[in-house]
Amino acid sequence: MRIYMDYILEVRNLNVYYKSIGRSILSKPAKKQVLFDVSFDVRPGEILGIVGESGCGKSSLSKAILGMNKMYEGQIIHHSGKPQMIFQDPFSSLNPAWRIGRILEEPLILSGIRDKEERRKRVEDMLNKVGLDESYADRKPVALSGGQRQRVSIAAALIARPQLVIADEPLSALDVTIQSQIMDLMLELKRELGLTYLFVSHDIDVVYQMCDRIMVMKEGRIIELGDTLEMFANPKNEYTRSLIEG
Amino acid sequence: MAEKRTKVKKNIYFRVGLGITLFFVVLMFVGLIYTPYDPNAMNSSEKFLAPCLSHPMGTDNFGRDIFSRVLKGISMTGLVAVSTVAIGGTIGTIIGALTGFYGGIVDEIVMRINDTLNGFPSILLALVIVSILGPGKYNVILALGILFIPSFARIVRSEYINYKNRDFVKSARLMGAGSLRIIFLHIFPNILPTLLVTITIGFNNAVLAEAGLSYLGIGIQPPDASLGSMLSDAQSYLFSAPWYAVMPGMTIVLFVLGFSLLSEGICSK
Repeated sequence: MRIYMDYILEVRNLNVYYKSIGRSILSKPAKKQVLFDVSFDVRPGEILGIVGESGCGKSSLSKAILGMNKMYEGQIIHHSGKPQMIFQDPFSSLNPAWRIGRILEEPLILSGIRDKEERRKRVEDMLNKVGLDESYADRKPVALSGGQRQRVSIAAALIARPQLVIADEPLSALDVTIQSQIMDLMLELKRELGLTYLFVSHDIDVVYQMCDRIMVMKEGRIIELGDTLEMFANPKNEYTRSLIEG
Repeated sequence: MAEKRTKVKKNIYFRVGLGITLFFVVLMFVGLIYTPYDPNAMNSSEKFLAPCLSHPMGTDNFGRDIFSRVLKGISMTGLVAVSTVAIGGTIGTIIGALTGFYGGIVDEIVMRINDTLNGFPSILLALVIVSILGPGKYNVILALGILFIPSFARIVRSEYINYKNRDFVKSARLMGAGSLRIIFLHIFPNILPTLLVTITIGFNNAVLAEAGLSYLGIGIQPPDASLGSMLSDAQSYLFSAPWYAVMPGMTIVLFVLGFSLLSEGICSK
C-alpha cells in the first residue's frame, strides 16, 4: 500500500514571466507575464487535463512545474520527487544519433544506477511495457514510425520511475489511428505503474476521454477547474461552454 | 532513376577518394621510414638526370633523387596537414560547441573575433604569424593551426545552435544531465558527419597552404623536403628540367584530389 498523500503537486499563486527579446544586446530585457495567479493541486493517481487555445499559458505552466523556466513568483511544491515529461513531437524528442537502447539507458545512468546488467534488464522490460520487443534497442530513431517513436519517448520518460508525468500534447503529432493506441498505452501504464498525469492538450475530445478532472485556461488564468463529467454536463463558464461545443 | 544514378556516381567518388587517400597515407609512413636514396644526399655528377630506372622521378639541381624527396615531402606535408587540422579542429570544435550552446555576450565577442580573422586573406595571416614566430615546420603548423580555428568554430557553432533547442536536449536536462554532458555526449555525435566533411576539406586546404607557404620560402626550410619547397626550388629549372616541377606538382594535385573526392563522397552519404 502506498502511503496516503493529499496532493502530489501543489501550485500556489503562481505568476510566470518570460524574458522578451531586447532589440540590442545591451538593452535590459523586459519581463513579460504569461501566467497570472494560478493555484491548483494535483491528486495522486488522477489525470488532470489542462485545456486551452495556443498561447493560453499551458506550456508555460508545464515548463515552470518542470523547472525549465525559473522566472516565476509563487510556490510550486512537489510531494513526489522530480516529474518527467512526454513531449509532443517524437521526431525531436529522441536523440537521432543514439540507439533506442542508449536513449532509454540514459535516465537510468543519470539516476545513478551503476550496474550495467540491471540497466539492460530495465531497458528491455520497459520496451516490453510500451509494446516493443527487445530488438528495438539496437535501432536508431530514424528506423521507427511516429507511433513507435512516441512509444519510445514514453518509455524514456517513465523508465526512471517518476510518479508525476507531464504530457505536453503527446498525441497531436500522431495519426488519428495511432492516437487511440497511444492513449490506451498511457492509460494502461498509469494503472500498471501507479502514475499521475498532467495532460496538456488543445483537443477537448481527447481530454474528455482521458482525464478525471479538467482545468480550462485562457490568457494565463484558470477559467474553470472541475470534474470532467460535471464540467461537460454543466459548464459554469461561457468560454468553457464554447470549447465543449467546439 | 536519375537519383539512383547520381548516388552510384557519388559512391564512386567516395571509393576513388578513399583509395587515393589511403595510398597517400601508406606513402606517408613509407616516407618516414624508408626512401630509396638519402633525400638530402647531393651528388654533383648526377645533376638533372631525367626520370630513368635508377631515379624514377629524375634528380634535381644538387643531384638529389626526386622520388626520395617526394616521398619525404609527402610525409612532411602530411604531418603538417594532420597536425594543423588536429589543432584547428580540436580548438575550433570546442570553441564552436561552447559558444553555440551557451550563446550570449561571449558568443558575440568570440564570433566577431572570428569574423575579423576570416576577413584577412588566410595566406596573409599565415605570413604575419610565421614572420612573427620565424619559419620552421613547428611554427608553420602553429600558424596554420590557428588559421584553421575560425572555420571549424563557425561550422560547429551553427550545428550546436541548430541542436540546442531540440526536445531531446530538453529531455536530457529534465533527466538531470549537465551542460557538458549534453554538449559532448548528447549533441556531439549528431554533428560528427558534418565535422568529418569539414576535416577532409581542412586537410585539403592545409596541404595547399603548406605548399603555398613553403613555395614562398617561409614554410619548411631546406634541406628538409616538402612538396611546396620542391616546387619553389624547381621553378628556376622549369624548362631545362621540367620533371623537377612536374613530379611534386602532380603529387600535390593527386593528394588534394583524393581528399576532395572523399569529402564529396561523405557529403552525399
